[in-house]
Amino acid sequence: MLTLRDVSKTYRVGAFGGGSLRAIDEVSFDVHPGEVVSLIGESGSGKTTIGRMILRLISVSSGRIELDATDISTLHGDNLTAYYRRVQGVFQDPFSSFNPIFKADRVFRMMRDTYHRNLPADEWHARLENALQDVALNPRDVLGKYPHQLSGGQLQRLLVARALLLDIEYLVADEIISMLDASTRIDVLNLLGDLKQRGLGIVFITHDLSLGNYISDATVILRRGSIVEMGETAKVFGDPRHPYTRMLLAAVPQLHTKWAADDGDAAALENGATALVEVDAGHLAAI
Amino acid sequence: MTLVVDDLRTYYRTLAGDVRAVDGASFTLDDGEIMGLAGESGCGKSTLAKALIRLDTRMRYIGGHVVLDGVELPIWDDRLMNERRFRDVSIVPQYAMSAMTPTRKIGRMIRELLESRGVDAHALEPELQRRLELVGLQPSVLSLYPIELSGGMKQRVVMVISTLLDPSLLIADEITSALDVSTQKAVAETLVEFRDRGFVKSVIVITHDLSILAQIADSILVMYAGKLVEKGPTSAIVDEPLHPYSRLLISSLPEVGVRYDEQKLAGIPGRPPQLLDPPRGCRFHDRCPLATERCAKDPPFVRAGEDGRFVACWEAPC
Amino acid sequence: MTTAPVAGPADSAPPSVPAAAKQLTTTQETLYFALRNRKLVFGASVTIALLAFAIVGPLIARHGPLDYTGHLSWAPTTRYGHWFGTTLLGQDVFAQFATGLRLAFLVGVVGGGIAAVIAMLIGFTAGYRGGALDEFLNMITNIVLVIPTFALLLVIAAYLQVRSVLVEAVLIGITSWPWAARAVRAQTFSLVSRDFVDMARLSGRSQMQIIFTEIAPNMSSYLFMMFILLFGGAVLIAATLDFIGLGPSGTISLGMMMQLSVQNAALQLHLWWWFLPPGIAIAMLVGSLYVMNVGLDEVFNPKLREM
Repeated sequence: MLTLRDVSKTYRVGAFGGGSLRAIDEVSFDVHPGEVVSLIGESGSGKTTIGRMILRLISVSSGRIELDATDISTLHGDNLTAYYRRVQGVFQDPFSSFNPIFKADRVFRMMRDTYHRNLPADEWHARLENALQDVALNPRDVLGKYPHQLSGGQLQRLLVARALLLDIEYLVADEIISMLDASTRIDVLNLLGDLKQRGLGIVFITHDLSLGNYISDATVILRRGSIVEMGETAKVFGDPRHPYTRMLLAAVPQLHTKWAADDGDAAALENGATALVEVDAGHLAAI
Repeated sequence: MTLVVDDLRTYYRTLAGDVRAVDGASFTLDDGEIMGLAGESGCGKSTLAKALIRLDTRMRYIGGHVVLDGVELPIWDDRLMNERRFRDVSIVPQYAMSAMTPTRKIGRMIRELLESRGVDAHALEPELQRRLELVGLQPSVLSLYPIELSGGMKQRVVMVISTLLDPSLLIADEITSALDVSTQKAVAETLVEFRDRGFVKSVIVITHDLSILAQIADSILVMYAGKLVEKGPTSAIVDEPLHPYSRLLISSLPEVGVRYDEQKLAGIPGRPPQLLDPPRGCRFHDRCPLATERCAKDPPFVRAGEDGRFVACWEAPC
Repeated sequence: MTTAPVAGPADSAPPSVPAAAKQLTTTQETLYFALRNRKLVFGASVTIALLAFAIVGPLIARHGPLDYTGHLSWAPTTRYGHWFGTTLLGQDVFAQFATGLRLAFLVGVVGGGIAAVIAMLIGFTAGYRGGALDEFLNMITNIVLVIPTFALLLVIAAYLQVRSVLVEAVLIGITSWPWAARAVRAQTFSLVSRDFVDMARLSGRSQMQIIFTEIAPNMSSYLFMMFILLFGGAVLIAATLDFIGLGPSGTISLGMMMQLSVQNAALQLHLWWWFLPPGIAIAMLVGSLYVMNVGLDEVFNPKLREM
């Protein structure tokens, strides 16, 4: 199980680093194997920061992140490399995730060099083929090509395949489909659904509530670095208790329903940060 | 008819030949109509919009006519078009809110913009302030630098500037894409308000996000690979799309309430054709579940209905 | 730190030529544009011509550069192989010129090379690590930047009794890197924020590995151009040092030729063949390098290419 306990992130700001900015404020949630947890928030909510902390690309200021009860927030060197065997990430911009001057499949070679150096060539190719099949890519279409010769959807799938080469247990997917076309989005999303059914735990970071609702089992709503509501997806979406969640849901444009005329209770949003209380079984809100 | 576009063709020059980005677009836009131009990346919607105002020098005008309020727009000539830009046709370009000079205060930037167009900035100032207040911005925003404004505020400032001279046609290119969902709603509603108050007569809203169009557009035009495939009133397109591409596109959008475990949605396999040497027949035929041999050989027949509705497909239901 | 929801699929760029249509690799494409760029071709031709002269010249000279031939102030002639004439003191100008040109290239390569290496070391580290280390390296860069290089070189050069070309080149190298370090740092900053660097970290790569296998190759054209500028700068600084009399002992360089000619009133005595060739050579060498650089910028940056 992947656990975050009272995780906070503070940045030093100001001319000589005198001030501080609390980007993440005591966030706690769990991810179980085979579970998709959505982190939903607007810009400045801190969702990407949390994803990067889980991936140890940013340090944790306070609190613990535990993988099966081992604190991973202070790992270094070989221990960190071993952690990456179990937890990987895919980011938002497929064209930024690949070094444009090298071929796209170099990312696989990098994984091989670090993790499967002693694997015989044919076993490695078998692994690669399986991973590409799992993400519904034809090896002939994607191997040996430069990133600019492939589409965004193919590149994102390549990155998921890269992660799958390692038998990972958890995947952090940070807005991985926002830069894809509508017709390819759903396919990559379904891919995540298939992987979930095979036991992969996924942290699905997004600003799009309909995507979160489609794929996740649990939802965490973030606002300005704190959790305002969290719980089973059906409950958070079906019975939103926090004014911010309600406002978000009211603002989502839908195909078959028009926006509500009134804008909700903007004043209620300005109550200070409050602690989460259990409003229902498996459903908490900061009200 | 505010806008009549007839067989507009615009290509891009490249080393390898002409990329046929917009290949024969014909449609009409009524006074007061907000039309959504929807499609995925590479379909040519931005190209079409920029062709209407002749904004991109990489494009080559090949043929066709654009008539606005009964007068033809000289979109083949940059200098002639310059007279009409901002006055008759205006655009909010994609990424406009990131394109404001960071070292100029907003007010000064607007003044310089107006003066470069030969407009008396001073005389327009009270109207400018009135409109800023209308969209929920304090006039004091004029003395701020762009970096001091949020995304939504910048977008609204750009919209006010683009419509200051009450153009007949406003082209809004992905104005909601880079915004948070709550700001998206505010900006989209502002656009409708501009139309309602008469600051613009008609609007073309370009976006890949059909659900925004479902909220604010009166009609939707769907583009695919440089061709127009379907146009109709919003409710018709959303509830009963006729073209197979529109159908597949609409059904691939997850609504709040649809869950993977219950109803797995499907995307559209394959990729759009490259426009350097596009297929002779229907451009969607290789991905279309209804495709026949005729679709591969002959360009699709455009069936026109009432209300300006049309579908370009051999196999679409009547 | 914060991400705005991104603007959806990018649609405003014109559709790119698909790979199937023209199967050029990046190298081939670069070469295609390189050979068509007039500035690059012109600059490179002049530089190569001068280099050829520097290699072959000393071999075909009939006299040593410092030999006193006894032929005083001869105008250029074919007698005794004084194709460039002789100096007031009877030394062969052609031999001096060819040797000086060779030294100019040597100083350029060594001085420019050392500066480039220092600039890369400091620039990469500061750009990649950021934070306190970056502040510290910035401070060092600024200090070296504001030290009056010239005064420093004067003092050191005057202090050393015997000066070799190599020493001169090293001194130039260790004082002319600050602007290049700044440039490398800025480029590194922009690359470090790209996701492929994070991907490399998630693949277990170490910092050093990332700098050398991900970032530096991405900047290779930039680094090449930077080296060319440092090369040209080193040649100029050496010429200036030589001109004021701090040149290497035991040999002759282009700057020294100019110094000697001025000292011996060559201008007044109309001995134009003594000071014109070295002056023109320095101008041509440095000028052609800069022109080449502008051309290279157009070749490497697709947005600057004419359609």
